[in-house]
Amino acid sequence: MKYYITDNQNTAISLSEIPEVEYAALYEDLKERLADSSYHVAHYFACPEENRLKFYLILLNDAEHKVMVSSFAMEYYDDIALPSLSALHPQMHPFEREITELYNVEFDSMPWNKPLRFPYNRRNQNSTMDNYPFYTIEGDSLHEVNVGPIHAGIIEPGAFRFICNGENVLHLEIALGYQHRGVENEFTSTTNRLRQTLLAESIAGDSAVSHAVAFTMATEKLMGIHNENLNIERTIALELERMAMHIADTGALCTDVAYQLGQVACEALRTVTINTTQAWCGNRFGKGLIRPCGTNKPLTAEKIDMIRKNIAEVRRRYNEVKEDIESSPTILARFEQCGLVPKAEMLRIGGVGMASRASGAKRDIRSSHPYAAYAQHIDHQMVTMRDGDVMSRLMVRCQEVLQSADYIEQLLANYTPSSLPRPDYTTTLQSEKLSIGLIEGWRGEICHVAITDKEGAIVTYKVKDPSLHNWLGLAIAVRSEGISDFPINNKSFNLSYCGHDL
Amino acid sequence: MAIVLNTLLIILTAIAIPGLINRTRAVLAGRKGVPFVQHLRNVKVLLSKGTVYSTTTTALFKIAPAIYLGAAIVAALMIPVADLYPLISFKGDVICFAYTLALARVIIIMAAMDTGSSFEGMGAAREALYGALIEPALMIGFATLALFCGYTSFADIFEYEQSFDLHLTIVMLLTAFLFLKIAFVESGRVPVDDPRTHLELTMIHEVMCLDYSGIDMGMIHIAGWLKTACFSMIAANAVAATGCFHWWFAVPFAVLLTGLSVGIVESTQARNKLSRNTTFIVTISALAALIFFIGYLLKLNINI
Repeated sequence: MKYYITDNQNTAISLSEIPEVEYAALYEDLKERLADSSYHVAHYFACPEENRLKFYLILLNDAEHKVMVSSFAMEYYDDIALPSLSALHPQMHPFEREITELYNVEFDSMPWNKPLRFPYNRRNQNSTMDNYPFYTIEGDSLHEVNVGPIHAGIIEPGAFRFICNGENVLHLEIALGYQHRGVENEFTSTTNRLRQTLLAESIAGDSAVSHAVAFTMATEKLMGIHNENLNIERTIALELERMAMHIADTGALCTDVAYQLGQVACEALRTVTINTTQAWCGNRFGKGLIRPCGTNKPLTAEKIDMIRKNIAEVRRRYNEVKEDIESSPTILARFEQCGLVPKAEMLRIGGVGMASRASGAKRDIRSSHPYAAYAQHIDHQMVTMRDGDVMSRLMVRCQEVLQSADYIEQLLANYTPSSLPRPDYTTTLQSEKLSIGLIEGWRGEICHVAITDKEGAIVTYKVKDPSLHNWLGLAIAVRSEGISDFPINNKSFNLSYCGHDL
Repeated sequence: MAIVLNTLLIILTAIAIPGLINRTRAVLAGRKGVPFVQHLRNVKVLLSKGTVYSTTTTALFKIAPAIYLGAAIVAALMIPVADLYPLISFKGDVICFAYTLALARVIIIMAAMDTGSSFEGMGAAREALYGALIEPALMIGFATLALFCGYTSFADIFEYEQSFDLHLTIVMLLTAFLFLKIAFVESGRVPVDDPRTHLELTMIHEVMCLDYSGIDMGMIHIAGWLKTACFSMIAANAVAATGCFHWWFAVPFAVLLTGLSVGIVESTQARNKLSRNTTFIVTISALAALIFFIGYLLKLNINI
């Protein structure tokens, strides 16, 4: 089985260099490799290429820090057997569901072939969101609770169907897709790179910086541009976003168990953090900060001082909150041993990011596939926990906030601001290439893939938010938990609806 | 005159407690917080609004808030304020008080079931369970109050039991603590319930009122304040009986006792896991039994 092997810093890959194999070979190879936890699939998608349907597979090898790319193709009238990989490795499930939904490619014996996002469904045109048959269990002592899709508060839409025995959840099915906006098509429908950058920033509002960095990484690889100082500034922006979101989630978890002191302390600290980002770039969520090939908001000596001062203060105060939480019996009683996702389950479903690290899975692109400043300036030691309960997910957050603060301080202490180039929206992209933007956002692994045509225009753009994998983790976490503990489990994952729905 | 003053003071207590809880929480959170009378303004807005009814509900749903409030008012009118005299007082009014509030609970549970909402059904199930579990504590608490004097009317009990007797003082203080705990459960406060949560799946009392709006919602709020005031006043009376049996002591004490303790607990600790609530409430009943037992021994004049 042949792969094109690269790492997360090399330039874009020529399409002609990507080996094209038989599906049978790919199936046999993945069957074995995915049983090894050091491998996981970053992306697996299909796209039309001339008269064929081309499938690309991007496999990550965490142990050897490699990115492995392979492909296979199908003619329109081809009738090759496509045995489903989901049956063996559930981490392939969302990818196969997407391919089935978009191109009516049927994988044989695929378990639970439900649509992923419910756009126009080629496989079954009568299948829409409104008539989706939720999984049911018959029983006199059971009842169903439906939550959503309209959220009672201010967040996004998603339908949750609980099957409960009294207060206990037997099964939770999550139906998403209500937020589907056709982001991937929008990327290809314009050649205006500024517009594409803005699109990337809008994929998921809470990961504006992360998705923008993934997009700029993918496009800069297509131009062969690499600027060390620019990468350092982006890394700082990423860590600021990570801090802000982790602090906000700590506060939200405290809110959900009615622990007021933790809530107000974290709300205040989150404000300081996002206001620091605002003082740097004019937007609290870092929109406008990340631009291809350059920046409009370079760091200056004053801004560096301001960031270092604020972050040191946030770190000190957040550490107090952390110690407070760790020493509060009523909070530990709520968070410990609640919503367990064992490591084996997390690996099976292909969980990524902080939720997987809370279960003990070693998944962190910053150390497995270093990029930007993580490649040279930071020796990233990933934070992992063992239990995979709500407390572990909270503690991963707590420690990552402190770690991020240290990284920001370390980078800024040795950083001399230089004149960075202005953004460049016009340079033509290299033609017939495949480029990968692979980064660790605060939630987990974000993977953008861009494919260019002969003229250097992006013809296929694929986005993967970590939520795609981790929603299933939430469904597993609440099994046999009390239904009233669903909100803290949900908050402990804090997954994105629009990141999943695109 | 004493009866009118008594009634007015109960109402004042009912109004002041939520205000003090909010202020305590705000101060402890380092926030400016809402004004003391914000809850009154909110209810004023609610009372001036019309209501919206779900099409699945019946007449039961519409009359429930009125019965709920009515029951709470009747219950509140049975509570004396230290040396004053309540409007409704007769032999056995402690039992009547307990079951008037039980009537309020039953009607609101039925109204919640009437909506057919899965959330409200869950809330109703929880409320019914916790209501059943707290009832022994309430009954044993009343028995402890009646233990020394043998009367079964609030007014008579507190009238008789004011003394500087050490034994009685111990029992009265313990009973006051018991009724404070019952007040936490009955008014749906942390750690049992969280009146501020927006998460339907975790709610108990709030989720049963999700379909109510406008004037109905206002009535439910007022009934809640009255219920809290009743239990606080019983606790305050028990304390007042041990030394300073005057209304000008009992009223501020009732407000401060509940207002501060609820405010502090809600600021500094997390809510129980729902499955632990049953243990928490049964423990209150066990505590009630223990206090009754202590009271019984003391009544027999065992030396301590």
